[in-house]
Amino acid sequence: MMNNSKKIALTGGAAAAEALKQINPDVMPVYPITPQTPIVETFAKFVADGEAATEMIEVESEHSAMSAAVGASAAGARTMTASSSQGILLMAEILPIAFGTRLPILMLVSARAISAPINIHGDHQDVMFVRDSGWIQIFSENAQEVYDNTFIALRLAEKVRLPAMVIMDGFQTSHSVENLEILENSVVKNFVGEYQSKNNLLDFENPKSFGPVSLPNSYFEFKRAQIEAMKEAETEYKNICHEYGKISGRNYDYFESYKLDDAEKAIVVAGSTAGTAKMAVDELREQGEKVGLLKIKLFRPFPYDKIAEALKNVKNIAVFDRTVSFGSKPPIYSEVVECLYMIRDTKYIIQPYIYGLGGREIFKEDIKKIFQENWDGKETKYIGLK
Amino acid sequence: MNWENIEEGAIITHDIKKSPHTGDWRYMKPQVDKKSCIGCGQCFSFCPEACIDYDSERKADIDYEICKGCGVCATVCPQHAIKMAKNT
Repeated sequence: MMNNSKKIALTGGAAAAEALKQINPDVMPVYPITPQTPIVETFAKFVADGEAATEMIEVESEHSAMSAAVGASAAGARTMTASSSQGILLMAEILPIAFGTRLPILMLVSARAISAPINIHGDHQDVMFVRDSGWIQIFSENAQEVYDNTFIALRLAEKVRLPAMVIMDGFQTSHSVENLEILENSVVKNFVGEYQSKNNLLDFENPKSFGPVSLPNSYFEFKRAQIEAMKEAETEYKNICHEYGKISGRNYDYFESYKLDDAEKAIVVAGSTAGTAKMAVDELREQGEKVGLLKIKLFRPFPYDKIAEALKNVKNIAVFDRTVSFGSKPPIYSEVVECLYMIRDTKYIIQPYIYGLGGREIFKEDIKKIFQENWDGKETKYIGLK
Repeated sequence: MNWENIEEGAIITHDIKKSPHTGDWRYMKPQVDKKSCIGCGQCFSFCPEACIDYDSERKADIDYEICKGCGVCATVCPQHAIKMAKNT
């Protein structure tokens, strides 16, 4: 199978567009925003050139984009969209509706800072803002993962009938050209299959009501059923990754463990910084230091048990968040604390770090220095803050 | 009903055979004077239930299974050819 794949150089955004072209979705309502643009402009060219038969709907705002996506998906169409930052925040009202109505919409996200002050560069504040909206969220480290995660997320979304976000770092991934391997069209077609919606608003023989009111006598039960759907997504994710590994040769898991087995100190990080951090880990390992890394991939649903198992022998952990949770602790840190709280017989030191807000650079040397620092887990520390 | 068997996505499936028609609870009933009707189609386009059509002579024809008796057709008819009467 590997012989049929082709190596090319693309930006993360173009890699996502390449994956979309191979999926050939039915409908794509979009509204432009930086740094989502390379995804949509590349894909729009494919549509204009007749390489994809997608109905692109250019709407007047992201609120309309997500509303149109809900309508298209309810009508039985395989539906995608893409956004960033303020766009995702404007969609926020409709995101839980897509989830609650169990519509498997796929959204490519080029994660960016949020206002104020206004900033167009990468961090994770937009996706973390909507982390409780019920969408599956998968982080990507590089263009290759963006490409692969697009197929995995689509299959997962359609299997469990939940919407999903594939997240890449704004600019660092979305606008940087990297080598990646792409699959043959026929292999992709076979993997994603033909979309069959379970409930279809246009099925006149079997009329259905979408979006009814639910009063105190039933609302709670709907929410409980939605919680179960997310649990199912966690189980199915592993199966789909396994299946994808067989066609691509790239085996993915809930997260990536990097030199974690005998590590005494480890960092937990999501997105493109994991690539830089791996280089830092490699160099420190050469000097004989037992350091490792855990890269977050599936963030919603959060695989608590699996991460607890992976980190249980590492007593010193630093969690890197590219987000602020104002008046609280950063989100990935909080999840890691929750994971390790379940292991009651060991005392862990877990140190929260905030880095890279609004596109602030983080270099290999910065991460090496962090490994040398004394982690006490008391106060949140900041990387690269002036 | 409990959470394990509640409708997925709160999407409710309907049985057309069991579904009640709006005509069942009509209080007032529109009646068309076919002699005065000029077939202009005003009632046709204003009817909120879309239950008015032309008959074979291009006169307004009301589907009483669906008509809820709101009287919009009687109001918009330029010929006053539609009169509302108590539904019996």
